[in-house]
Amino acid sequence: MCEDCGCGDPEVVPIEVQKRILGNNDRVAQHNREHFFKQGVLALNLMGSPGSGKTALLEATARTAGPRLRIGAVSGDLATDHDGERLRKAGIPALTITTGTACHLDARLVHDALHDFPLEGVDVFFIENVGNLVCPAIYDLGQAANVVALSVTEGEDKPLKYPAMFRAADLVLLTKIDLLPALPEVRIEAFAEALARVNPAPRILPISARTMEGMAEWLSWLAALRAASRSVEPRQFVSRPAAILRGETR
Amino acid sequence: MHEYSIVQALIALVEAEAAERGATKVHALRVGLGELAGVEPSLLSTAFETFRERTICAGADLNLRRIPAQWSCPRCALEILRGAPLQCSGCGGPARLVQGDELVLESIDLEVN
Repeated sequence: MCEDCGCGDPEVVPIEVQKRILGNNDRVAQHNREHFFKQGVLALNLMGSPGSGKTALLEATARTAGPRLRIGAVSGDLATDHDGERLRKAGIPALTITTGTACHLDARLVHDALHDFPLEGVDVFFIENVGNLVCPAIYDLGQAANVVALSVTEGEDKPLKYPAMFRAADLVLLTKIDLLPALPEVRIEAFAEALARVNPAPRILPISARTMEGMAEWLSWLAALRAASRSVEPRQFVSRPAAILRGETR
Repeated sequence: MHEYSIVQALIALVEAEAAERGATKVHALRVGLGELAGVEPSLLSTAFETFRERTICAGADLNLRRIPAQWSCPRCALEILRGAPLQCSGCGGPARLVQGDELVLESIDLEVN
């Protein structure tokens, strides 16, 4: 009650809080990150639109890398285990996280899936997020870096339309470039120009899971990032290993 | 649409703060929302109006403080113009975000007895 005049009105006090709304998610993500680090696993958050070629990319990556780079994956989907089945068929130990109506994975979902996923013998662990260019961008999962798959048919202006997603991308894989001969109006440079307006350290790699063009560069990037990620303590800053790879010292 | 899950996290955070201070009611809360936070202000407000019922936030006002994105070069301190490439026009290095990715519960007006 108001103690100043005894009027009986309740007392309203302003309280300074200044806390991140997703602070709980951040804490679980950091726990995941430390777990990956201890296991010596490079964890990547693979994002992109539905149909951008995320699963095909992982299939092709496993095929090309073979035992040189052993891949594991969890795949987030609103419904069905289709992607998980595809990945397992490609020889990738994989689990599906069914999210129901949720449009993104969060750190807790990944954490719980890790309980059922032995990371021994895995070099690179892909978290294939729900196909969506909006929601997954803001949830830290404990990954060392973000990879965004963007297919050549989606339009060069996608980075400008989804700045939160593309700002967070340590690498943009421009997928399905085998289709370019059928798309004379599409220029790879236009994707790169748009990306440079939303991402301070833009990196774009044209790739095709069908012709395997770009696959060698992609595997080199993964191997180099894996080495960089082992040289730093896991920190809250997701992009740190990628920054080291770019030669930035902060 | 992830605004609903953000509102759930927001209300849980408010409930914890209120419980810690023995508050019985929340009159208003202020959220700092960056342009690049990946959250749509109007969707967040709608989600809050739906979810606040039957929580300690019932009847509380959500005040959004929108924070524009601002980039500058960490080496040259040059500010990057809106919409321009995010590489410094002086040294070519990557710009750094000064502000604009906030998703923060800044303050709460609590009723205490």
